[in-house]
Amino acid sequence: MNCSRRSFLKYAGLSLIGMGVKPALAGDEASRFTRSPEELMAKRWAMVINSRKCPGGCKECIDACHRVHNVPNFGNSKDEIKWIWNEPFRDAFPGQEHAYLQEDFKKKPVIVLCNHCDNPPCVRVCPTKATFKRKEDGIVVMDYHRCIGCRFCVAGCPYGARSMNFRDPRSFIKEINPDFPTRTKGVVEKCNFCEERLSRGLLPACVVACREKAMVFGDLESPQSEVRKLLQAHFTIRRKPELGTNPQVYYIV
Amino acid sequence: MYDKGKIAAGILIFLALVTFPFWYGKGRTATPPSISLDTPEIRKLAVKECIEPTPYMRANHMELVKSWREAVVREENRVYVNREGKKYSMSLSQTCLGCHSNKERFCDACHSYSGVKPNCWDCHVVPKGGSL
Repeated sequence: MNCSRRSFLKYAGLSLIGMGVKPALAGDEASRFTRSPEELMAKRWAMVINSRKCPGGCKECIDACHRVHNVPNFGNSKDEIKWIWNEPFRDAFPGQEHAYLQEDFKKKPVIVLCNHCDNPPCVRVCPTKATFKRKEDGIVVMDYHRCIGCRFCVAGCPYGARSMNFRDPRSFIKEINPDFPTRTKGVVEKCNFCEERLSRGLLPACVVACREKAMVFGDLESPQSEVRKLLQAHFTIRRKPELGTNPQVYYIV
Repeated sequence: MYDKGKIAAGILIFLALVTFPFWYGKGRTATPPSISLDTPEIRKLAVKECIEPTPYMRANHMELVKSWREAVVREENRVYVNREGKKYSMSLSQTCLGCHSNKERFCDACHSYSGVKPNCWDCHVVPKGGSL
């Protein structure tokens, strides 16, 4: 075949364009998935915890969360898995403690959980993108299918919000909730702001379980939301904001 | 040629080993898996049809489930629209096993026959009434 270099390059270029166009035309697969109509949606989910209302020592929210999400209890602090837990004030807010702090704070632990940071270090260090921040609503979620158990995120998270399954968790779950998967050995887990409940139109389990209504969940970008009203009405602090993670759990103290 | 005998014997042994599965299995018939569609949930259905036509499901269920996984976990889509426009919740343990409540005689029957070991159930929970 007689083909000049010029025409060869022309046809090669044309076929390259063709290859690029084909997937765009054939892309009808994605339209087969839609969102659930009952889903609660927000531009930026956030939580306000009123630690004045929190009685301290109460574990309703912790129990509810750990029951709903099949969080195992290995019975020792070395292997402990925690999504939401009690932390002494001085550990939750290091640097805020001083010798003359109100007695209440010295004794009363603070409820802490994943802060769903706007600039999450766990996402940055994850080599497989198993942890990622959702573009739509800012929740930092985990794709357990992709987690390889490298624990970079455990080291990266300044809040200790991530726990590694060093053992197979199945047999350490008191009662398995069939609506949520368990994890396997070698997978890290953390709070997911109950994204699976939000998709069914339900508020997070801890918020629902709190008898004192000390936990409020809502859309930070909507001025009418309850979280925004609380942030307007009260002075709030966040955990270690100086690290630049921009945490999205606010505390009224 | 040196060591003619040894080489020939070696080749013979090699061929015997390589062809072992063929002559060992000759005359035997493996019983194909019997897949049971007889569950109370399927009996209740007016039209006994899966979310997609059976041949498609048989060939592509693994790809379908994998695409569900990506859609639900990473793209926040929870609803699957099939070719006829019918909507289904993308849930392995609720939608799939909701009808196929006999995991042992449906999923496992074929998977053990073909030596496939999907790791779905290491994490996902088989609903009660099935088997756990």
